[in-house]
Amino acid sequence: MIEQLLFWVFAILTCGAAVAVVATQNVVRMAFWLIVSLGSVSALFFLLHADFLGAAQLLIYVGGTVVLLVFGVMLTASGSSVRIKTSPAEAFVGAGVGLLLLSVLLFSVTSVEWDDLESRLPTRNLSPAAIDSQREASSDADVAAAGSSVAGPAREAQAALAARTQAGRTVRQLGLGFLGLRPDQDLNRPEGEGLSSGYLLPFEIVSIHLLVVLVGAAYLARAKRRVVAGASADL
Amino acid sequence: MGGVGLEAYLIVGAILFVCGVVCMATKRNAIGVLMGVELVLNGANINFVAFSRFTPLGLDGQSFALFVVVLAAAEAAVALAIALNFYNNHTTIDVDRGNELHG
Repeated sequence: MIEQLLFWVFAILTCGAAVAVVATQNVVRMAFWLIVSLGSVSALFFLLHADFLGAAQLLIYVGGTVVLLVFGVMLTASGSSVRIKTSPAEAFVGAGVGLLLLSVLLFSVTSVEWDDLESRLPTRNLSPAAIDSQREASSDADVAAAGSSVAGPAREAQAALAARTQAGRTVRQLGLGFLGLRPDQDLNRPEGEGLSSGYLLPFEIVSIHLLVVLVGAAYLARAKRRVVAGASADL
Repeated sequence: MGGVGLEAYLIVGAILFVCGVVCMATKRNAIGVLMGVELVLNGANINFVAFSRFTPLGLDGQSFALFVVVLAAAEAAVALAIALNFYNNHTTIDVDRGNELHG
C-alpha cells in the first residue's frame, strides 16, 4: 500500500518534471527540473529494489552530470543565450509529434500481456517480484507446507540468494557480475551446462573508455590563448 | 507486488523518453539538447531496472543500467567540451548557428 503511494508520488514527480524541462525556456530552470526528475528516477530505482543503482544514480547523475551541465550553462551564459526561444510553430509541431510518439509507445506497452511473462521466457528461475509474492502467500498460509515443498539444496540456495536480492542488497551480486561471476544465474543450473557470462570485458572496456573520454574532454575544453595577429609579438 | 506492476514503470519510462526526444528536437540551446539526452537515457534505465525486477532475467538489467549511467556521464563531459569550443568560436550556443560546421 505504502509502496503504491510512493510509486505514484515519484512517478508523477518524474513525469511532471520531465514535461517542465521541455516546457521551460530558461536553461537554469531546466537544470533545476532535471535535478527533480532524475532524483525521482533514483527513488523509483529504490522502489524497484535496486539499491546500488539508485545510489549511483543520485551520486553520478544528480551530483555529477547535472552539476557539469550547470557549469556549462554558467560558462556559456552571456545575456541573450540564457533564453534562446523556440518559435511557437516549432513548439506546436514538436508537441504534436511527441504526442503521436507517446500514443504509439503507450499503445504498444498496454497491448502486451505482461502477466504471463514468466511462462514464456525460457528460464527456470522466478522473477524477484514473483518470489516476493510467493513468500507473502506462503507466510499467510501454512509455513510448514511451504518448507516441505522446497526441492533441493540448489533450489534452497537460489531462494536464499533471491531473498537477499529481494531485500535490496544487490551490491555484492553486481560486483561479482562485473568480475565475471554470476551466482544469481548459475546456482540453480544443472551440471555440464556451462556457466552464464559475466561482465568482466565490458567493465574493462567501459573503464578505459571513461579514462579516454576524460582525457579527451580536458583536451577539448582547455583554455586556449587567443592569438591576435598584431598583438602576438607583445605577448 | 503491492499492486504496481511492470506496465506502470514502462509507461513512466515511455513518458520520460518522449519528453527527452521532444526536448532534443525543439530546444535551440545546446545545453538543453544535452538535457534531453539525459532524459532519454533515464527512460531507458527505468525500463532496464523494471524488467530486471519483474522478469526472471536476473541482474542483467541492473548491470546494463550501470553501464548506461557511466556512459551518460562520459557523453555529457565530451558534449560539454564540444559546446564550450563552439561557444568560444561563435560566442553563442544556439544550435541553429551550427549549420556552418558542415564539411
